[in-house]
Amino acid sequence: MTKQEYTITVYTENQIGLLNRIAIIFSRRKINVESLNTSPSEVDSVHRFTIVINETEDVVRKLCRQIEKQVEVLKAYYNTNEEIVWQELALYKVPTDIIAEEVKVERLLSQFGAKAVVIRKDYTVFEVSGQRAETDAFIKVLEPYGLIEFVRSARVAIIKNSDGFHKKLKSFEYKEPGEEVVENEYLSENEKVFSM
Amino acid sequence: MDTLELTKEKKTKAVTESISGSEAVLRAFVAEGVDTIFGYPGGAIMPIYDALYDYHDKLTHILVRHEQGAIHAAQGFARVSGRTGVVFATSGPGATNLVTGLADAMIDSTPVVCITGQVFAHLLGTDAFQETDVINITTPVTKWNYQVTDANEIPHVLAKAFYIAGSGRPGPVLIDITKNAQLQLFDYKGYEKCEHIRSYRPKPIVRKEYIEQAAKLINEAERPFVIFGQGVILGKAEKEFQKFIEKAGVPAAWTIMGMSAIPTDHPLAVGMLGMHGNYGPNLLTNECDVLIAIGMRFDDRVTGRLDKYAKQAKVIHLDIDPAEIDKNVKTTVAVWGDCKETLPLLTELVQQKVYPQWLQKFKNCMEKEEEKCIKAEMNPTSDILTMGEVIDAINELTKGNAVIVTDVGQHQMVACRYAKYNQSKSNITSGGLGTMGYALPAAIGAKYGAPERTVIAIIGDGGIQMTIQELGTIMQFKPDVKIIILNNNFLGMVRQWQELFHKNRYSFVDIQSPDFVQVAKGYSIEGRSVCKREDVKSALAEMLDHKGSFLLEVMVGKENNVFPMVPQGRGVAEIVLSKEEV
Repeated sequence: MTKQEYTITVYTENQIGLLNRIAIIFSRRKINVESLNTSPSEVDSVHRFTIVINETEDVVRKLCRQIEKQVEVLKAYYNTNEEIVWQELALYKVPTDIIAEEVKVERLLSQFGAKAVVIRKDYTVFEVSGQRAETDAFIKVLEPYGLIEFVRSARVAIIKNSDGFHKKLKSFEYKEPGEEVVENEYLSENEKVFSM
Repeated sequence: MDTLELTKEKKTKAVTESISGSEAVLRAFVAEGVDTIFGYPGGAIMPIYDALYDYHDKLTHILVRHEQGAIHAAQGFARVSGRTGVVFATSGPGATNLVTGLADAMIDSTPVVCITGQVFAHLLGTDAFQETDVINITTPVTKWNYQVTDANEIPHVLAKAFYIAGSGRPGPVLIDITKNAQLQLFDYKGYEKCEHIRSYRPKPIVRKEYIEQAAKLINEAERPFVIFGQGVILGKAEKEFQKFIEKAGVPAAWTIMGMSAIPTDHPLAVGMLGMHGNYGPNLLTNECDVLIAIGMRFDDRVTGRLDKYAKQAKVIHLDIDPAEIDKNVKTTVAVWGDCKETLPLLTELVQQKVYPQWLQKFKNCMEKEEEKCIKAEMNPTSDILTMGEVIDAINELTKGNAVIVTDVGQHQMVACRYAKYNQSKSNITSGGLGTMGYALPAAIGAKYGAPERTVIAIIGDGGIQMTIQELGTIMQFKPDVKIIILNNNFLGMVRQWQELFHKNRYSFVDIQSPDFVQVAKGYSIEGRSVCKREDVKSALAEMLDHKGSFLLEVMVGKENNVFPMVPQGRGVAEIVLSKEEV
């Protein structure tokens, strides 16, 4: 099995210390977290972690089960890049005078879908949201003109093939779990593995 | 009007009551059926200890000599009783001293609730006296932990703590309570046990289709083999398990943690798995066609080299923890669930069968093991005592009815190889973490968990010195614990490895011991030391007949080795029976 980029989406309760509990699942196994984002989710009171790692599917599946084992985790999913819509947001701070003189700002903005967030006499801050290649390419463009500061956010991702968490959460609320909660991918997968 | 208001006021008074956070902790204990606490007081937990002063009729507090002793005692209590063990410790060093026990309880799935005191909430993060970040220190070694800074949270949080510790795959829970929350008066609205947390699913729904698939595999098998772990004991499914193997006629071997779930002399019991387990179960793991793993987690000490483990077999794995399935060994059919529920369903679907030829193979292996290992251990030709003959004498005297608590090392392996058990929850040992110093405090806890049973701690000369201070606990509270030190004047297991794999370079394994009998006497505990074969049985009888605790030191061979052995990095079928084969 080869390593590739996987995006792990974790629905959780909003609890202090849970970030640490999830983070140490990776660090204990010496796995580098490429990107980690915490945010609200489509459901009020439910938190959503988006974690990107570069690993084999086997490892990612095991990690997800370890994550799901945490008391305050409702559900963990993992997806390849093809299965998600994802974006990152990057900010670039450049000297206004050079930019205004030497660069055709209009063209630049339209070409990279960039937006000027702040324009001051001394500096300008551009924003690009997109995938890694796009935000990286914009660095290359700006570098010759003196990129003062650069920062990129963690990945946020929407799972293409998901109905969201509203319905699922309802079944979690019941004392006896419904089929919705019980679904577990390895059992269904074994259907394929199983031969008699 | 006035009277109406008055009755209204009375009513509200009747439902709520102002109590302190500390009082709420103790009320929670009583509501959860706790009767014994192992603990050690200190500055940050003083309000709870103050409240405890008025609870002496409901709660027995055992003052240990070190917090590690408290948590191991709680573990021993839990393992022998099936109930949740409870611990009190103060902040800072009190709490950090719990860490080894938490790690041990985590890896061996032992239900323990630890309450630690913490500095006042306003001092958190200021490097206050005896402040330490207990929550973050204990996160990797707890099933759940939580810091309480407001007394209003206490009833609810404690209810959660007990529910989480004891349900599903059990484990340790730590609740850190700041001193202000312990002192704080709040409106107590009663205690309600927790039965549901929406993000926590301790009991999976049983999927019949997988049970059907598992049964089909078993029914078509020619050489099925059951390997089982502590899950059978934790699930209180010993009867269900026995019915299953008896109907299916399948030979069964235990992991060190699963030991005693069925009587050791059961006709289908073929022995122990693992590095120092029996020859047959290890060898034949690689000859069975269907491997049925029940409540066990394929620890590396059980599997040896994974790429040489049961590759020929279809694997059925019954476990309550989905994270265990496919973790180390790829399963053909996974039966996720509580084995108390899944086993009867499986038993219903399997055919009544016997496998005389297959069982004979295990017997043949046992004969070979008898010849090459056991004979020398049980009937040595020299005057030097072996650990095995001591265990054998214990078997004879206790008839397999004692709780045996072992420490970690050679004596542990020998005890687990040769001890006989008639009833479940009788083998208490640190299996996963391998914590030296576990046995003495765990035996104390075990005695409180099963006061009617004989509790024998078997400990090495190294391990006893790690928690020897708990003799003080025995002196003060007088739990009747029989302590056997199998003294070989070495850190025996490490020495064995140095002999076998490090060219006899005995690096710091030569450990000196005090006069253990004198030490025991200092703690007002009777003791005796023997080094001759003819004295062993009478000394053991004296120990068992003695009213109260007794320490018996048996001087055994310095350089005896434990065999068979699956050397590290080899497959289970490469198990060796003697030094020459290593």
